[in-house]
Amino acid sequence: MMSQSLVMGPALPEILLAVLALAMLMLGVFRKGDTTALVGWIAVAGFAVAGVMTLMGSGHDTELAFGGQFINDGFARFTKVLVLLGTIMTTIMALSWMKREGEGRFEFPVLIILATVGMMMMISANSLMSLYMGLELQSLALYVIAAFQRDNLRSTEAGLKYFVLGSLASGLLLYGMSLVYGFAGTVSFDGLAEIANAGEVSTGVLVGIIFMVAGMAFKVSAVPFHMWTPDVYEGAPTPVTAFFATAPKIAALALFCRVMMGPFEAYAPQWQQVIVLISILSMVLGAFAAINQTNIKRMMAYSSIGHVGYALIGIAVGTTAGIQGVLIYLAIYLFMNVGAFTIILAMRQKGRAVENINDLAGLSKTNPLMAAAMTIFMFSMAGVPPLAGFYGKFFIFMSAMDAGLITLGVIGVLSSVVSAFYYIRLIKVMYFDDVVEPLDRLSGATQKAMLAISFVVILLFFLVPAPVVDGALAAAESLTGGTSALASSH
Amino acid sequence: MEITLAHYLTVAAMLFTLGVFGIFANRKNVVVILMSVELILLAVNINMVAFSAHLQDMVGQLFTMFILTVAAAEAGIGLAIVVVFFRNRGSIEVEDINQMKG
Repeated sequence: MMSQSLVMGPALPEILLAVLALAMLMLGVFRKGDTTALVGWIAVAGFAVAGVMTLMGSGHDTELAFGGQFINDGFARFTKVLVLLGTIMTTIMALSWMKREGEGRFEFPVLIILATVGMMMMISANSLMSLYMGLELQSLALYVIAAFQRDNLRSTEAGLKYFVLGSLASGLLLYGMSLVYGFAGTVSFDGLAEIANAGEVSTGVLVGIIFMVAGMAFKVSAVPFHMWTPDVYEGAPTPVTAFFATAPKIAALALFCRVMMGPFEAYAPQWQQVIVLISILSMVLGAFAAINQTNIKRMMAYSSIGHVGYALIGIAVGTTAGIQGVLIYLAIYLFMNVGAFTIILAMRQKGRAVENINDLAGLSKTNPLMAAAMTIFMFSMAGVPPLAGFYGKFFIFMSAMDAGLITLGVIGVLSSVVSAFYYIRLIKVMYFDDVVEPLDRLSGATQKAMLAISFVVILLFFLVPAPVVDGALAAAESLTGGTSALASSH
Repeated sequence: MEITLAHYLTVAAMLFTLGVFGIFANRKNVVVILMSVELILLAVNINMVAFSAHLQDMVGQLFTMFILTVAAAEAGIGLAIVVVFFRNRGSIEVEDINQMKG
């Protein structure tokens, strides 16, 4: 035990980023002038190095560190790479935005690094304690980032709302953890799984699990715990919204998968109904509530609630195929969101940022390439084949059908038809409405590059799906051990 | 009367419920919400320490130390956000947090 507790190797990417955050803080304070760009690009390089280290680290083994508190397995590696990709792309977007708006502060990239360390800790958590520490490191950094434009009323209001509801969610999660700890007698995931497999179901642990599910549903913004999402997405600065919609959401869903499929796998018959319910509610609310929105960031918030609902189907199914579906969905969701938010960031009239859906009117005449890219992203989100979004939904729905959750799959398909309405309405606005005031042209090489990357990935995913699909399968197998939760519990 | 684990759990459950209600039923002041969040975290601490003593297992008390640390950081960040909000809005009434519907 003593010698094992000294092992830190598997956590090297996290340690690197944590040290980098402290070093960048020093650099920002002691170097004269505006260091935002310098700190930002060093941060991006740090993320890239951490991503390579995560990939190269240890082949296909599962490794423990810090006395079993920290786990690095195939699932962790896959989701960490997704999170780092999301962070890199949104940080680059944010840097060009800050340069343009003159809002640059070096604290921003530092906070992003800290949030990323938190996300990676969450993904690699192997006990309730490390889960909590990772989650809080991520959340505390995100509260500050949401209120980043501190002279802007809406940004600070978004930060305040996020803080209040986020800390309530942490409280719920923590109360659930205390019950799980008390009635099971351990905080380690392996220990909890052992106790769960050993025999009878303790009511105290079940109540704890329900509290934990509520807390995590808050973090992934699933209905009925979604109230903060539209306000925070609308109020926060646009690159921050883009960040919130990608990396933290992927990390929180990965955490959700790990907790439900790891320590609590044996309780699947008990929690499955809860996940099915929040999944259905999220899909339906995401589909209907977005229809009436006029603000595009608010619409994207409801859209992300709906996407979380689809991803939760995979957790409700609880098989290897289900988890594989979640991971494929998250990978595709990442690129769709980065693409869509690049366009939203580019929505400017005479140098002033606008964010109403109607401001896109007639985009096909003034800027056909941008309109075409947005069309691809919207069709992909709606799940139109052969775009990437279709495959994400396909794997999820197939896993639900195979596991016999026919109703869930059918509701998923129906709500994705309803949600197609508002995605296609956006396309109609761009192609068939008259230009009121043309948008400025897309400027900046990084933005163009970001747009091109996500465009190509979404459009051509169907030609080479293997890396993502096989990678997700290997990752899902390392989490579930290749067995199905429900099959083993029957 | 001997004080058992159940008593500690009841107190903690009451504090937790008070905290949650403090967040939702409170229509006056954001600082009260911050206090309610602290109350929730302290309720969890009571749970943890009581379970730790009951199970004769130190992990619960260790966890409590971590929660205390995080609670302090959380209160600091919460107050900072309330201050920047107050500078922009000139008020911290819950009813005045209404720039965006919802």
